[in-house]
Formats: sequence, C-alpha cells, structure tokens
Amino acid sequence: MSAANTELKQTGKTSLYEFHKNSGAKLVNFAGYEMPIQYQDGIIQEHTHTRNSIGIFDVSHMGQLKIECSSSIFPYLEKIIPLDFSAIENNQSKYSFLLNDKGGIEDDLIVTKVDTGIKIVLNAACKDNDAKIIKDSIGEGFTAVLRDDLSLIAIQGPKAVDAMEKIFKDISKLNFMYGNYFEYNKKKIFITRSGYTGEDGFEVSIKNEDVQDLTQDIMRVSDAKLIGLGARDSLRLEAGLCLYGHDIDTKTTPVEGALSWAIPKTKKEKGGFLGDKIILDQIKNKPKKIRVGIRPEGKIIAREGTRIFSNDQKEIGHVTSGGFGPSVNGPIAMGYVDYDQSKEGTKVILKVRENMVQGVVSKLPFYKKSYVKN
Amino acid sequence: MTEKKYSKKHEWLEVNGSVATVGITAHAASQLGDIVFAEVPAAGKSFKKDDPAAVVESVKAASDVYSPLTGDIKESNQAIVTDPSLVNKDPESSGWFFKITIKDQNELKDLMNKSDYEKYATENPN
Repeated sequence: MSAANTELKQTGKTSLYEFHKNSGAKLVNFAGYEMPIQYQDGIIQEHTHTRNSIGIFDVSHMGQLKIECSSSIFPYLEKIIPLDFSAIENNQSKYSFLLNDKGGIEDDLIVTKVDTGIKIVLNAACKDNDAKIIKDSIGEGFTAVLRDDLSLIAIQGPKAVDAMEKIFKDISKLNFMYGNYFEYNKKKIFITRSGYTGEDGFEVSIKNEDVQDLTQDIMRVSDAKLIGLGARDSLRLEAGLCLYGHDIDTKTTPVEGALSWAIPKTKKEKGGFLGDKIILDQIKNKPKKIRVGIRPEGKIIAREGTRIFSNDQKEIGHVTSGGFGPSVNGPIAMGYVDYDQSKEGTKVILKVRENMVQGVVSKLPFYKKSYVKN
Repeated sequence: MTEKKYSKKHEWLEVNGSVATVGITAHAASQLGDIVFAEVPAAGKSFKKDDPAAVVESVKAASDVYSPLTGDIKESNQAIVTDPSLVNKDPESSGWFFKITIKDQNELKDLMNKSDYEKYATENPN
C-alpha cells in the first residue's frame, strides 16, 4: 500500500533525466526531484575524477530566480540578504543567505549582478518559499521569476577550463565568482566561474532544450564524466561547504554557521537586515555554538546526528555532516560545538554506535585547491 | 565445504563442519556501493540468530550485518578492516566477515539456496 502511494507522489524531472538514465545513473528522490545519486563508476571514482580531471553535475533542480530591476531594488533586497548590493560589480557573484527575523538562515544562495538586474541561485528544497519571501520583500514594483525554462549544470575540476575554452572563447579569462554571457546554439547563455566542489569550474545556465547538447559537447572535447549527487556531497564536505538543511538551517545564524566572512564589513557595523541585532551581538560577544570541522581518528565514520563530547565527557554538540573523504582518504565531519571547545586542535570524543571515537577540531576546508584569479 | 546458503538480510554463509563463514552477498555489496569501513566482532562474542554482529559502511550509509545463526564468533576477517574495499572486490570469498559456531543445525533450514536467493534479491533489492 505504502509503495503505491509513494509512486503516485509527483516527482520532478530535469531535462537531463532520460540522458542520466541512459548513462547508467542510479536515481533517487532529492528535494522532490528524481536525481542521479551515482553512475556506474561509483561515488569514489566520480569524486576523484572531478578532483583530477573534469566532472559534469546536473543541478537543474536548483532554483534560478531572475529579478528585472535597477539599483532602486537594493534597499529591499538588503533587508533580507545581508550584502552591500551597490558594492557588487556587474557580473560579479556573491555567496549569501536569506535571513529570518531571528537571524536564522532560510536558505543559502548565490547572487549575481547583471546589466538587467539580479540573478539568484537557490536550493531546490527551499526555492518556492524563497521566491515568496523575496517577492514579499521587493513588493509589486519588481518582477521576480523562478525560471523553469532554464537548466543548470556545473562543470568542475582542473580540466574544466580547457574544455570550456574549446566551446566558449575567452571563458578562461573569467575570474572565480564572476560571470558573463556567452553564445551557444545561437542563443545567449549565462556562465559563471564558480561551483561547490572546492575545484575550479563553471556553472552554466542554459535553456532546457540545449542542455543535453552542451553536456555532450563538453564530453566530446574532454574526458568529462557525469557525476552524481553522492560525489557532489563528498566533494563539498571535503571543501568545508555547507549543505542547507543539515549544516545550516532556519535555526542557525551565519555567525554560528562560521559564515560571517560572507557578510560585508559595512553590514557587520551598521546592520539594517532581518535579525541584525542577534547577528551583530553574536559577532561582538561570540555565539554559544559554532560550526567546525572534525577529523575522527581511524576509519569509523561519524555521520549526521553523532553526538560530540569533550575530553572530560561533557556533551558539547553534534555532527551535521559526516562521511568518508576520498581525497583526504579518511572520515571527515562538520558539526556544531560549544564555542569554548571550537578552537582548532581541540580534542573531542564522538559516540558512534557503542564506540567512543577520538577526534580533533580541524581547519576547514579539509581539502584545498586555489581558485583562479587572472 | 557445502553449497552456500543465503539469508533474507543478504548475508551468505558457507558451512564447514560445525562452523559457518559469513559475509554479505555480491548483490548487497553492489547495492551499498563503495565500501569504506567495516567493523567485525571480536572472537568469543556470542550472537543469537538475526542479532546485528558487524557493521559495513559505504560512502552512502552505515548498515548492520546480521548473524544468520546463533553461535560464538571463532574468527573475524581483519583483512576487510584494513582494506574495506575488499568487500566490493570479492564479497563472497576473501571479503568474508566472520566465522561462527553452529549451535542449532535447524537454523540452517530457514536459509535459501543460490537460485532462491537470486530470485528473492531481484524482488527485494534492499
């Protein structure tokens, strides 16, 4: 009975759905979309292929919001997104968040300023709620549209730039966290140099009808492989990047999430956004708990929900993301601990099943490569 | 050595006199994906039929390995602790988990033969 009910539930499909299936993908439901968790090579090989060469990720389940606007919209947006919009250059991208009145994170996002307005990339599970929050905040004077006519693919890894340069002339001149318009199938498409793997790479926003052609073109000019959400998760965890709904959520602030770096100095001084009192106070007086990286000793994996204890047996927090890091060749985790236990090098104990596993608070990211600055 | 037997929880076992060698099936190993951690029981530990006796973790998740029989652990495979990927490479031979004494021969009757298990695994993939 329950199985039948599950089948009836409507699941979304991206434009690459059939292509994934024909490429040997194992599909799972993720945020209401049937998405590839892995292909035939498996998660570890997909992970290392991205680190060593080039991988293509279908992230079309994510929301692509476009607001047609001029700078007159900035005060409205800055109320809910703690950025200094006038300080962002044209075609520059910024990582930020949508905040609630408690300073909690409704979603984390990437904002890009373009000639005609603002583009925002949102998490799949949050996008409808995000669009509502943004529309409520900007009012009737501006139109914000979730673009379901567009797909989004990420091309990541050290060989991404050479492959993309073969298709898009001069794309190698883009700096990390900048974008521009390029032409494909005689249509204008928007590409940013960005990603969520800790590697150099690009994110391509392209019409649904063209996304498979481009994916195949990239595979033709390079040894790019399709990479599933499984490897996307281990790549982003090694890179110390947050997974919304796990490492950050409506009850954690950017300060607790160790993401204060994403709030510009002017906003840290003057506030002027939702939850600013709480956030500014936490910046000044330190939060009670904070997100840290943890390296468990040995091979036992401390997964999400694992309780964290201090060396003197006091419970000090819990793991929010944990897994095996193929490139660090061992278990890695992120979690929240009491602020006074958050210093790099602090010894902690992780309770995994009946095992008390030693661990050390570690610097994030676990795995680092340098991004491109021309 | 007798013919391999299979449990509904996707373990295989091979009976040799009063001792059975236990591991996870090739089907289970492939469903789990890349295995990165294995925890095996210490020699001397006792288990009842269907008790969780070992742990196997893939990149995706942790799973229990159940004891298909009641008995005492004779020996565990340290090779899969050192190199967990052995469970993917050779699940039904060198990737074994533990050897357990057989307390009750009747428990063997509940287990499936290879062709029944293959049919079962197609119908119950997890």
